[in-house]
Amino acid sequence: MVATETKQQPKVLEAVIIRFVGDSGDGMQLTGTQFSDTSAMFGNDIATFPNYPAEIRAPQGSLYGVSGFQIHIGSVEISTPGDEVDLLVAMNPAGLKTNLHAVKPGHTIIVDTDAFTKKNLEKAEYESNPLENGSLENYRIIEVAMTSLTKEALKDVRGLDSKSIIRSKNMFALGMVYWMYNRSTDHTIDFFKNKFKSKPLIVEANTKVLNTGFYFAETLELIPNAYTIAPAKMAPGTYRIIMGNTATAWGFLAAAEKTGLELYIGSYPITPASDIFDELVKHMHFGVKTLQAEDEIGAITSAIGASFAGNLAITMTSGPGLALKGEALGLAMIIEMPLVIVNVQRGGPSTGLPTKTEQSDLLQALYGRNGESPVIVIAASTPANCFDFSYEAAKLTIEHMTPVILLSDGYIANGSAPWKIKTVADMPEIKTNFLKKADENWHPYDRDEHTLARKWTIPGTEGLEHRVGGLEKDRVSGNVSYIPENHEYMTKIRAEKIKRVQNYIPDQTTEFADSGDLLVIGWGGTYGSLYTAIKELNEEGYTNIGLAHFNYINPLPKNTADVLKRFKKIIVCELNTGQFASVLNINFNGFEFLQHNKVQGLPFGNKELIQKFKRLLK
Amino acid sequence: MKTTTVKEYTYKDFASDQEIRWCPGCDDFVILRAMQKALPEMGVKKEDVVFISGIGCSSRFPYYMDTYGLHGIHGRAPAIATGVKLANPNLSVWVITGDGDSLAIGGNHFIHVLRRNIDLNIILFNNEIYGLTKGQFSPTSLVGQKTKSSPYGNTQPPFSVGELAIGAQARFFGRIGGNTPKEMTQIFIESEKFKGTSLIEVLQNCPIFNDGCFTEYTDKAVREDKQLFVEHGKPMIFGKEREKGLVLNKLKLEVVTIGENGITQEDLLVHNAKEQDPTLHQMLVRLRDPLITGIIRSFDDVTLEERNAEQTEEVKSMSNFVKTDDLFFSGDIYIVE
Repeated sequence: MVATETKQQPKVLEAVIIRFVGDSGDGMQLTGTQFSDTSAMFGNDIATFPNYPAEIRAPQGSLYGVSGFQIHIGSVEISTPGDEVDLLVAMNPAGLKTNLHAVKPGHTIIVDTDAFTKKNLEKAEYESNPLENGSLENYRIIEVAMTSLTKEALKDVRGLDSKSIIRSKNMFALGMVYWMYNRSTDHTIDFFKNKFKSKPLIVEANTKVLNTGFYFAETLELIPNAYTIAPAKMAPGTYRIIMGNTATAWGFLAAAEKTGLELYIGSYPITPASDIFDELVKHMHFGVKTLQAEDEIGAITSAIGASFAGNLAITMTSGPGLALKGEALGLAMIIEMPLVIVNVQRGGPSTGLPTKTEQSDLLQALYGRNGESPVIVIAASTPANCFDFSYEAAKLTIEHMTPVILLSDGYIANGSAPWKIKTVADMPEIKTNFLKKADENWHPYDRDEHTLARKWTIPGTEGLEHRVGGLEKDRVSGNVSYIPENHEYMTKIRAEKIKRVQNYIPDQTTEFADSGDLLVIGWGGTYGSLYTAIKELNEEGYTNIGLAHFNYINPLPKNTADVLKRFKKIIVCELNTGQFASVLNINFNGFEFLQHNKVQGLPFGNKELIQKFKRLLK
Repeated sequence: MKTTTVKEYTYKDFASDQEIRWCPGCDDFVILRAMQKALPEMGVKKEDVVFISGIGCSSRFPYYMDTYGLHGIHGRAPAIATGVKLANPNLSVWVITGDGDSLAIGGNHFIHVLRRNIDLNIILFNNEIYGLTKGQFSPTSLVGQKTKSSPYGNTQPPFSVGELAIGAQARFFGRIGGNTPKEMTQIFIESEKFKGTSLIEVLQNCPIFNDGCFTEYTDKAVREDKQLFVEHGKPMIFGKEREKGLVLNKLKLEVVTIGENGITQEDLLVHNAKEQDPTLHQMLVRLRDPLITGIIRSFDDVTLEERNAEQTEEVKSMSNFVKTDDLFFSGDIYIVE
């Protein structure tokens, strides 16, 4: 008995990376989300990375139809979903084949043996069954006939069709993993009860299969050792798990409440930005107004109309949509109207890789319009701070009367992490500058002497009727003007207005080191990857490497040159071929900007970064 | 209509101080003046009036009105106006557009704004040509029409504005000649009264690039014989002597003469603009001899903003969320100590 007890004493780990893979219809996203939510409730720090094909239901069993969900949970700080996995759950041969490379040698793979049929092996382009041919001997393979066990578990539940039965096998896998990592099934059972309120049969079936998986792992002792991950040491407070896109949506809700403005969203569905609209449209109870427009152009132009009429107007899209919105963005810029455009970047060009991540729209955001057309560009860098930066985008657009592009990307938009909940009271003030009355000398393009922003004068205001439009304006009267010198003056003052935003944004900070041998520069969604790699190096004793991660791209923080000067070498890391590096090159003479780039639709891996940085530190 | 007291305005209150830059003799001047005369009759406060336009000669219109105005980008005025109206439903919102702006580059916004039925007024200046780019054929130019971009004759068949609009669910469609300001003013007033998207096609002569394009219908000498101005509830009569009328013969509209073959005024069709079924309205729109002018269709329907408002109230009444904090702290939250 003593021996058994020792055996059951869970092994304590600092962090573990788990990946669930299967067909795109196998429910891997749900399985992964449930595991991460449960772990967060348990107090772990988490980071997640869904990786799925563009096809909603790709042909069953095919290599390109594999959908995956990776979770990194820890008792220590977690900043990325991680790269190499400790546990792979493969629901079919295609999932095994496409993900095997990511499993650490000697680590565990759970497979559904029922899915390893001749047909599925062929579809996965296996010449022989990898479970039988010895090719997996470097791994610990746990073979479970999940489909049959699921069927067996549900044989007494009457009224379930065979499709629903087979579909619930993902819960068998989840149940097993819950037991392995010492997690309770309660959260997921509550989730079923809520989600399928009107379908008690589905609740019963899923609960049963989940528990069966859990007890299977426990009682049959197929799994020799169990693991536990202790709660992480996180700052005290109230938390929830939030997805980047949800956080973005909520930041706008908070900004609307803070300002008392009505929130208007004009949008057109596009992956991976649609979730933001789908989230906001739920919150009509806060008075959110939404228009699913006829196209990307209708989405942004309706938002311009709403802004003209005094709403806080937002539109969201992804790369191809930003291209379509370009002309309208120029209009918003020249009429100097508040407008936030969220661009959740994905792999490009053209349709590119819709469900994969990339940072290749930076130059489009900065320069992708006709004429000289500068706008504020900022970038969120973690799922949770999408909230802060959508709020910041709203603040900047209103206070500076110019469009703001908020860059996010598929990685942080779909990824989730703990968010220490903020309340509207915690958020900084946003000053609206509506003009209600004016003397006779008033003109629509009169500017604030500090920010150069004009006033927001909206229809319905008596006596201030005026016209704005895409034609160049006279610097004084605001009427249409073709005078050459006036055009040059207006071009320069619009640029100066953006430049002066520098006076209202925080200085660029560095982490790990303020000066030293190597400065790693990143921006946007790569923060977690870069932070994790440098932290690891730092713990190894490399104290001469610093990280400057940029959230403000245009304008750049005032002290940027000072930061650059303090390091011997600078390397700019981004998921494109060097767009931010080129921006830095244009703006800062006398520095050599080394580059580390990746354009594979994937985030940086930890190992690749560490190797790269170590080489530069030698 | 707005119920608060509205000042007594004259047309001068709606004229801006900007010099008008249209070509001499253009019907655009007629439309501008008709609008400035119509607005004081509408009971709308000047500060609540907004003109939104796209690109083209017609789209300069907002600069000449002393109201709120936004000169937008090519083809997008209906979408901009949609945002304005949804943001503030109290505003009287007017879209000024042309045949190229609304039917070519802005075709998508045009059909969708009609489908949604937002309370907007759209005035489409149709001159069957691109004026501002100096004379290329437009989506309403006729087959064979020689223009700068069709020197050997246009080979693209035209859209019929009314047919396209009604096909896209337009509830209100009016058509008026560019040289009949009195009737035009009246139609503008009626379109403001109408709750929903109203579309008015003005047959607008372009004296420079397409002079005389509608003369066969609009010339004073032939107008009464070539146009039938319909009014809701009245028989469809036309002609110099008011001697001609329309009847429905099998599935075709037919011109008859009162007094011939035993036809009396009672036999004529009586115009019902409010009919939901658009079949007869489509037939009237298609007719060329005579050309039908006036308000052809005016079917009262629920507007988008009414639907939205109702839904918002319903959602509000069912929700426990008042402040965003209620949302942020709802569901699965956990405390770290």
